[in-house]
Amino acid sequence: MDLGWYLVVSALIFCIGAGGVLTRRNPLVILLCLELMLNAANLALIAFSRMHGNADGQIFALIVMVVAACEVAVGLGLIVAIFRRKLPIDVDELKELQG
Amino acid sequence: MSTTTWGWLVLAFPLAGTIIIGLGHKRLARGPAGAIGTLAILLAFASAVASLVSLQDHEENARQLTSSLWDYAVTGSVDARLAILVDPLSVFMMLVVTGVSTLIHLYSISYMKSDRGNARYFAYLNFFVFSMLVLVLAANFLLLIVGWAFVGAASYLLISFWYRRDTATKAGIKAFVINVVGDVGLVLGTFFILRHSGTLDFLGTFHAVEEGAFASHDGALVAGCLLLLVGAFAKSAQLPLHTWLPDAMEGPTPVSSLIHAATMVTAGVYLISRMHPLFEAAPAAANVGAIVGCATLFVAGTIALTQTDIKRVIAYSTMSQIGYMIMGVSAGAYAAGMFHLMTHAFFKALLFMAAGSIIGAMAGAQSLDKMSGFKRSMPFTFGCFVVGGLALSGVPPFSGFFSKDEILAMVGAREGWFTVLYVVGYVGAFLTGIYTWRMIFRAFFNRPCEEAVELEHGHIAHAEYPTNPANGEREDTDVGFPGPEHVIAERAMPMKVAMGLLAVGATILGVLQIPFVTEVVTNFLEPTFEDSKYVHLHASDGMIWLGMVLGTVLALAGIAIAHFIWVRKPGTSAALQARFSGLHRFLVNKWYFDELIDFLVVRPWAALGTFCRTWFERAVVDGVFVGGATGVVRAGSAAVRAIQTGFLRYYAALLLLGGGAVVLYFLIASS
Amino acid sequence: MSAVIFFIAAIGALAGAIGVVALRNPFYSVLALVEHLISLSALFLLLRAEFLAAAQVIVYAGAVTVLYVFVVSYVGDGTVPLGPGGARLRNVAMLFVGMLFVELCIALLGSGLQAIDGKGAPYVPGFGSPEAIGEALLTKFLFPFELASLLLLVAAVGAVMLARRRQGGTTLDDVPYDATRYITPRSLFSGTMAEAVGALKPPIEEPTKPRPEAPVPAPTRGPSPVSDTSEHSQED
Repeated sequence: MDLGWYLVVSALIFCIGAGGVLTRRNPLVILLCLELMLNAANLALIAFSRMHGNADGQIFALIVMVVAACEVAVGLGLIVAIFRRKLPIDVDELKELQG
Repeated sequence: MSTTTWGWLVLAFPLAGTIIIGLGHKRLARGPAGAIGTLAILLAFASAVASLVSLQDHEENARQLTSSLWDYAVTGSVDARLAILVDPLSVFMMLVVTGVSTLIHLYSISYMKSDRGNARYFAYLNFFVFSMLVLVLAANFLLLIVGWAFVGAASYLLISFWYRRDTATKAGIKAFVINVVGDVGLVLGTFFILRHSGTLDFLGTFHAVEEGAFASHDGALVAGCLLLLVGAFAKSAQLPLHTWLPDAMEGPTPVSSLIHAATMVTAGVYLISRMHPLFEAAPAAANVGAIVGCATLFVAGTIALTQTDIKRVIAYSTMSQIGYMIMGVSAGAYAAGMFHLMTHAFFKALLFMAAGSIIGAMAGAQSLDKMSGFKRSMPFTFGCFVVGGLALSGVPPFSGFFSKDEILAMVGAREGWFTVLYVVGYVGAFLTGIYTWRMIFRAFFNRPCEEAVELEHGHIAHAEYPTNPANGEREDTDVGFPGPEHVIAERAMPMKVAMGLLAVGATILGVLQIPFVTEVVTNFLEPTFEDSKYVHLHASDGMIWLGMVLGTVLALAGIAIAHFIWVRKPGTSAALQARFSGLHRFLVNKWYFDELIDFLVVRPWAALGTFCRTWFERAVVDGVFVGGATGVVRAGSAAVRAIQTGFLRYYAALLLLGGGAVVLYFLIASS
Repeated sequence: MSAVIFFIAAIGALAGAIGVVALRNPFYSVLALVEHLISLSALFLLLRAEFLAAAQVIVYAGAVTVLYVFVVSYVGDGTVPLGPGGARLRNVAMLFVGMLFVELCIALLGSGLQAIDGKGAPYVPGFGSPEAIGEALLTKFLFPFELASLLLLVAAVGAVMLARRRQGGTTLDDVPYDATRYITPRSLFSGTMAEAVGALKPPIEEPTKPRPEAPVPAPTRGPSPVSDTSEHSQED
């Protein structure tokens, strides 16, 4: 397939993930949607790597995966800590950091 | 050494004295401070004498020497240098200033010996002498203004020397504020003159005036001279800027004698003499000076008739005599005016010193109402008062007679409306006799008061507790107040020496300018004043004789009247007061000048200040500017704060929106 | 042939994505994510990124989603009704997202990117293989590689710090093990591990009698309000 198709798929997944981030209230699900966006970016990177013919894009995508894993770990740790404090697991309720 | 080097040394010694005493004031208090101060001025006097000798070595027409130490800013339109001008006029002033200052320092060693602020006093006094010398030696307007300002500052420091007295600090502020008004006049006047003369240098300016730089700018010259006159009037306590001088008597008596009799108040006279080419080219300003001088001498004379504080009587007499000097130098009688300056310095300083002695005998009280009959217990002081009084009233052969009459003769020689001034001058001389001898008769004749009786028995009276002589408030003798000991001349050798020398001077200095016989001062000052258009102004012989006779008669008549009223028939003055009570009240309140200035200047200004504080400051500055600025910031931040809702999804939406906008921008930019 | 696989994988990926976003139960969202990741892995294979495809399955679908599953089961499903203003925000979000998608498509397809119509560079054998990736990682991208490892360390420590119990709380170790809280009673000699480790004591007097009378708490499925809060108050 032409590379353009992969990029469109990537854009679509990115937008779906963005929609999920904006719409869902459970932080866990928001993190999942964030994963979607990161994956979409990975797909685009690998598509471009295929286009150029060198492995730079793939290395980039690998590092993105590492970063995503770290971010998931820390984010989930946060959610566990929130749960421990008996606070509601709902981003609309967790709004103390406001002006 | 060259003449100008001596001039620099004259400046250097008092400055060194100030710095040494000022830096070491803790260790040098009492004895050493006084000795160092006096020595510094003595050395300055010696240098002044040396510069005199060295100046006379020069040829007659080469006696105006300048020396510049360095250039501050020499550009196209301004030449500011640290330069001194040594010429007969400045040497004359130097000699008077340093000579009288040395004697006053000597006097102060005894007078201030128990004062806790002794070192501070001598440091200030040396600083004053230094500033006065800067003023006198200045070769350009810049240094003149610097000296002028320093002298005002020194005066303030010394008037409020006993700073824990409210009356003293208020008097110091009053003096300083009025002097600042004069400073403004001086600086503005300098500017007006500088604009057209192009140089700050005196000799250069005089040259420019001769060459006609002001030919088409007459108004600027008159305005400049009038503003210089404002400065002169403030410094020399002439109407209407005179109200500070009587209050300046809050300072210690030697300060009054140095600053407010002999030196600082003569700065105005010096200014007019120095600027004589300018004043002669602007006769309007000179006439104003003469009229104001004449008015002052009359007004001050009338006020002095009714004052009860002995120092204030002498202060008003100073104001009156300086009125004579200003009238004289404004009318063109420069040598006469300067001669009267010199003789006045001697006998006025002498009178103040003697007053200090009798105040010491009275344990600090200064009111004539309380003093009487000190003749037997204080013979030396009495003798000094008599000598000074005779010189002041203008009785021959004392020096005051010759100098005052010469001024009046020259004024009369101007003819025209100057004759009015001539007449008023003699009326003033009559009044001078009366008020001077009123003071002497009241203090020394009649029955001795308690303190005099105590002194006859051999010890100086002591008040139960120290009080402020001006308002009777109780005080103590700590730092900032007068010391506990009171000194009289009979018992202090330094005071005796100083007063003796001044008395000798007051008696014999007349020989310098005996009419028809000697013209020492005129000849000496000729190199400075030879370009004056009044250099050939001479009173006719008849007028001179008339003046001498009239002067003597009026002075003796004044003494006789005073004797009658206050010695022969003691109830007369009370009767006169009762009969002319309105006039008496008017004179005692000093012609209501203080109230007038309060009404015209102080109150509107205070009202303006209050208005600014309550309305302008509060509403405009605090409300609009500060409040407005903070209000804008607060509103802006409130608006921006609205973005911080705390909702995560809201932030995410903003992020995406921003990202989308960036992509959009790049899209549009690349197409 | 590759086109067919492409469409299958793409549709699978999109379905998984939509599932993540739309499903109510977070556990089902996690499952949808797994499906999405595997489809993406197929797409990677189509793009000749073999190593990445394998890494995707192992790391992402394997480790990350397992982590998610753990936390979802600890935290619970948290089905919450839509709050006030939620519907409006959803519509606005859809609008944003739609606009973003349109924009991206215009950017990608309409801006004249080079070679977007082609199939990419000519295939070099070993492209995307572990050797190629490893070589690149250790030569050209050594610095990012090291930094990534450091980042992993930091994240691990951070996660532990975040989620640890604070001082003064009781841990499970402090409380003596009470088997009856967790274990439904079984008959003796039924082969449960509790019996094997000796945590299940047979009744002393009647070895042969089954023991149905031991008071047991109701089997917990998900966080039950009463007991869980007391448990948490002990732990925190």
